[in-house]
Amino acid sequence: MSSDMTGTRKMITGAVLLASLHFVILLAGFVAPNDPATQNRELPFVPPSRLHFVDARGHVHLRPFIYRWAPHAGSFNEYDESRDREYPIHFLVAGTQYRIAGWVPARIHLFGVEEPARAFLLGTDNFGRDQFSRILFGGQISVAAGILATLISLGLGTLVGCISGLYGKWIDEVAMRFAELFLVLPWIYLLFAVRSFLPLHMSPTQTFFLLITVIGTIGWARPARLVRGIVLGARNQNYVKASRGFGASDLHLMRHHILPLSYGALLTQAALLVPQYILAEVTLSFFGLGVSEPNPSWGSLLAILQQYNVLVSYWWMFAPAVALVVVSFGYLSIANAFHERLQSVSI
Amino acid sequence: MFRLGCVATLLLASGLPCFASSPPQTPLPGEELLSTDNPIGRYGGTLVVAQRSEPKTLNPVTAADAPSREVIGRLTADLIHINRASQQTEPALAKSWTVSKNGRVFTVKLRHGVRFSDGQPFDADDVLFSFKVYLDEKVHSPQRDLLVVGGKPIEVEKVDPYTLRFTLAQPYAAAERIFDGLAMMPRHLLERAYKEDKFATTWNLTAAPAEMAGLGPFRVREYAPGQKIVLERNPYYWKADRNKNRLPYLDELVFLFVGNEDAQAIRFQAGDSDIISRFSAENYVVLSREAAARGIELFDLGPSLEYNFLVFNLNDLSSKNLSKIAAKQTWFQNVRFRSAVSSAIDREGIVKLVYSGRASPLWGNVSPSNKFWVNSALPHPARSLDKARELLKSAGFSWRSDGRLVDRQSQPVEFSIIASSSNAQRSKMATIVQDDLNQLGMDVHVVPLEFRAVVDRVFQTYDYEASIMGLGGGDADPNPEMNVWLSNGGTHLWHLGESKPATEWEAQIDLLMRKQMVQLNYKQRKRLYDQVQELVAANVPYVFLATPNILVGAKKKVGNFKPAILDPNTLWNVEQLYFLPSNGSPPRATQ
Repeated sequence: MSSDMTGTRKMITGAVLLASLHFVILLAGFVAPNDPATQNRELPFVPPSRLHFVDARGHVHLRPFIYRWAPHAGSFNEYDESRDREYPIHFLVAGTQYRIAGWVPARIHLFGVEEPARAFLLGTDNFGRDQFSRILFGGQISVAAGILATLISLGLGTLVGCISGLYGKWIDEVAMRFAELFLVLPWIYLLFAVRSFLPLHMSPTQTFFLLITVIGTIGWARPARLVRGIVLGARNQNYVKASRGFGASDLHLMRHHILPLSYGALLTQAALLVPQYILAEVTLSFFGLGVSEPNPSWGSLLAILQQYNVLVSYWWMFAPAVALVVVSFGYLSIANAFHERLQSVSI
Repeated sequence: MFRLGCVATLLLASGLPCFASSPPQTPLPGEELLSTDNPIGRYGGTLVVAQRSEPKTLNPVTAADAPSREVIGRLTADLIHINRASQQTEPALAKSWTVSKNGRVFTVKLRHGVRFSDGQPFDADDVLFSFKVYLDEKVHSPQRDLLVVGGKPIEVEKVDPYTLRFTLAQPYAAAERIFDGLAMMPRHLLERAYKEDKFATTWNLTAAPAEMAGLGPFRVREYAPGQKIVLERNPYYWKADRNKNRLPYLDELVFLFVGNEDAQAIRFQAGDSDIISRFSAENYVVLSREAAARGIELFDLGPSLEYNFLVFNLNDLSSKNLSKIAAKQTWFQNVRFRSAVSSAIDREGIVKLVYSGRASPLWGNVSPSNKFWVNSALPHPARSLDKARELLKSAGFSWRSDGRLVDRQSQPVEFSIIASSSNAQRSKMATIVQDDLNQLGMDVHVVPLEFRAVVDRVFQTYDYEASIMGLGGGDADPNPEMNVWLSNGGTHLWHLGESKPATEWEAQIDLLMRKQMVQLNYKQRKRLYDQVQELVAANVPYVFLATPNILVGAKKKVGNFKPAILDPNTLWNVEQLYFLPSNGSPPRATQ
């Protein structure tokens, strides 16, 4: 009973964490104070804006404010806070145009400061672009890639698994040997190979769909084996045999008697696959094979850490990795909770 | 081991220096050593340099890549040498030379008593042999083109064992500069391989050190694949300091292969290497933070001779199946389009964001540091989007309601820029150019590709729309640039393989470049080359971006370190480098 309770609590915690993260990423344009592609060429590698409550004269402000960053004299990547004016943080302010979830145009941002200051919650990158906004927009690409590729994988896997499990014999043999082949393939290298065969000049949208198709298609084998196992087990159950005896078609059997048994396993599988596929997208983008500049993805944001000087100088460039870890943790804890639940049910 | 230790102790006890490699030979009577004027150093020590990649060969005739040439340059010597500090020619293996009045005949006197690193004597027969190999078409030497003047190869005759006569088909400006970097090779070791048609494969990395000999300050001792190549002192080297101490001072020179520029910086920071050449401005910032504590000194030598530029594909694509690119060429071929692009680019932004300010913006092919040849009258227009829009409008372009630029046929202007992904600077430049051109309503994609893929597309398949590339850096003289500007030149990137000049201005450039090549008077040559620079700036075949500063560093204990903007920036005087004594006492040479 108590383990059930902790399992449920874990699942709720994970679900709430994930839901809020996805909500923020979905509404990236609203939450992000700046446009992710706008370069501020005077402000490369600005450190995160510091929130202040007490100004230079010692006055306490109830509304938090920031100071502008001004380049340190004689230096290119060092900054001082220019304390001549405070820029209070305002909520629900009008700013650059964006589209909610890539669709509805809007101008209202969750927070912002008055021009010419800019709120850089996580500093800027080498072109002076707001890192916080780029992480949110990059999340849209990385997380959507993970989820969509998972759907493709599960769809393909379920299809192959059902056919294989239900019809058996040589179909099963061929499908499963094929699946084993896919399982032993070093998939990351396969992704590189596939990507390098494709044309270079593609729009970001094309690249994105190509990425998820490639990632999703390569990963069908594991869910296929899983579903096949469940179908094989269910096929010889008495209620299935009875249904067949009453003249039920294969499709009917599948939909009403066999597949429902696999939902739990598929959900667990999905929660495992999403972070794995987010990581696949991140890896490809890290090596420059993902969506191109200036569109961010977590992988392309992390790619700059390949440069030694960035690695040792600007800690805020690691922030996308933290986002990646948190999202992966959320999915894995849900997968874990699902798994525990499934086990307790089957026992 | 024990016996060696004893010998070392004995030598030390007797006040003699202990050499890790063969000690320098005492001069023979009649040996004409070249006396250098550097401050006197001291013998001993191993200098370590980290290289980005491994040399591909040690064969001076076939080597084409920078790492190979860097190592080979320390193993070999030339007849006449360009002093990297003064940028002027000076005697090397040739002790003197005279030029006939018509500028076509060079008579060169060789230094007496010079020996190869295996102790064998060097004379005119070795020079004859070396030129024969360089000029042999079957050997495919990258230097051969330089030795063909007026369509005919240079003729070489032996007058006596120490005198040679070189005859050119036509006068050639700065002809003595072509001798720089042409390694003189030992006939006694290589003639057999040459006669058996095996020359191209001799002196590769697996060759035994005993089979190789050169006239450079060092000779090969050991090669560890993937790790390092160890060079030791050439005990017969033909230079000495003014106290008659035979150079080089160093016992050994080691090249480590570390993979990339960041690794070079890390190894230098960690103290594993003594000298670092040509590293990025970002790493300069990182290294300078701890420079004093780590006993290193960094130098910013100012703008290099390299020029980075954006080039549009203007090649003749009729024989290729590239109709999409061919359609876009109607934009690229319009000089107003190219000028508009040039006007929209934020060169100051590139200098700041790509090079942390350690670079110079460029509006022409000659770097501001090339004082002898730069046309300082060229205009340096500031960035202006308004001017760019005007130019585009006058060329028939217009803007849609959503701000996108379209041509006369209402086709949106959209193209991609390829850049080498291994060159972080060029990728960054591409991103800045993309953002700048976006502001004109152009839809530009950046495609980072592996360096070889970029080269392949630009030189072979022509399957690209625009590219960011870099050229130059070899010599300050205009002649090595011939192949870039002549319409049939091998590096005439925007339009390769022209059988005749495609445009009027390219024909003019051809004429001017050919004229300057045979003009012996510097002022008149400069006037001709100034005109070339004006034509290039007016017709924008390349949109010039920036030239990086040359940044180098060395441990403070390296003496006589005199970096230069010409290649090789730091090791050009390696025979004079030495390690200062750690106790700070004044250096002295002992032998």
